[in-house]
Amino acid sequence: MPQAVIFDYGVGNLLSLKTALEKAGLNSTIGTSAKDLAKADAIALPGVGSFTAASSKLGAVKETLQNKIKDGTPLLGICLGLQLFFEKSEEGPGNGLAFFKGKNVQLPKTVKVPHMGWNTLNFVQQNELFEGVAEGTYVYFVHSLYPVPKDKSIVCTTTEYGTTFTSAIASKNIYGTQFHPEKSGDIGLKILKNFVKTVVR
Amino acid sequence: MPLAKRVVPCLDVDHGKVVKGINFLQLKHAGDPVEMAKRYSDEGADELVFLDITASSENRDILRGVVEGVAKAISIPFTVGGGIRNVADARLVLCSGADKVAVNTAAVEHPKVITELADVFGRQCVVNAIDAKRNRKPSDGKIMVETGEGKVWFEVNTYGGRKPTGIDAIAWALQAEQLGAGEFLVTSMDKDGTEDGYDIELTRAISERVNVPVIASGGAGIPKHLLDVFTEGKADAALAASIFHYNKYPVPVVKDYLRKAGVNIRP
Repeated sequence: MPQAVIFDYGVGNLLSLKTALEKAGLNSTIGTSAKDLAKADAIALPGVGSFTAASSKLGAVKETLQNKIKDGTPLLGICLGLQLFFEKSEEGPGNGLAFFKGKNVQLPKTVKVPHMGWNTLNFVQQNELFEGVAEGTYVYFVHSLYPVPKDKSIVCTTTEYGTTFTSAIASKNIYGTQFHPEKSGDIGLKILKNFVKTVVR
Repeated sequence: MPLAKRVVPCLDVDHGKVVKGINFLQLKHAGDPVEMAKRYSDEGADELVFLDITASSENRDILRGVVEGVAKAISIPFTVGGGIRNVADARLVLCSGADKVAVNTAAVEHPKVITELADVFGRQCVVNAIDAKRNRKPSDGKIMVETGEGKVWFEVNTYGGRKPTGIDAIAWALQAEQLGAGEFLVTSMDKDGTEDGYDIELTRAISERVNVPVIASGGAGIPKHLLDVFTEGKADAALAASIFHYNKYPVPVVKDYLRKAGVNIRP
């Protein structure tokens, strides 16, 4: 079974993601160092923690991550993990990984924040990550910020909540979801299985 | 707004067993929280809440086992409440796989615990549970709400509803939001156990004033009660226990009813 490494920024609950990845067919371990990441067949940046704290933890492994991506290792960023693909965040100071140009901004004040619960995916373009996932499918969100990519060609899905925001991106072997596939029931598991397919290929 | 309203079954857990409503059909071990969580999840529940009612410290390991078991069995979010007094208590359940913790008495007695939890885990992890009871006696500085039975204010009770505090529930919610609460679980003590419908006025009074989601709780007996609390009560989520436990109205029946009534519900 291929080996996924979930990068731990040092805050709490990674068990759900670990369990979900294992159900999807990836043996998963928690990693904190460049050494841990170097041996991974797939890497996941999870969705718990703050932008500032996580970005400081990622600083030490950024080069390793870049090399792994260049070598074709699939990378999945979930929620905060996706937001870290960009340069900056209104959540707080610190530099993201800057894999893509753009920043993360606050959801509008006209709606209740955090955006918490099940909301729908509207496809901008199809991607292997969403094979078998229908337009309008409900997935689970819990977040207060969302990414605004400069390059719109990476946007896979958008979602409506006070505004139309980017809810998933893909670019080669980099995938990111603003929602939590590990908390999105069977459909979330399907998305993770699609991710796993890109790993074993 | 495409964000769906959430239907949230609640399970009371004592020493690792579900204690209320163990009348599930076709379960090997009636009262096993993991098995019941799995069933609700399979039936389409949007989220689950576990309230640990065991008031003892030796319970920690049992609770951890339950939370881990549930986290492995289901892939929808769940909240754990009951006896969470500080960051260490919260860490135990969050690191065992829970998505959110609910704080009640500890937050009323030491409001800064809300801020501490939000700083460590993020505010989306912090549910402030409020047990509120109608009080008809006009009192200085209380927020009086017009209801079907005249003007009342809502009083916060702690220790599982045993201790009236004199604190105004609406004012407390506004303060807790400022301190970092990411969601409210508002239980009406007047309605809890009646199966007579939610306290619509209480739910709306809080939901309209705060800018974080509100879960209504207490009083659900038929699917129409959930419809009323979503439409008139402006609730973002509705929690219920007995309506589901006794298989009177299984989750799919309730969700189907709500969808047909025009509520945005996840299939």
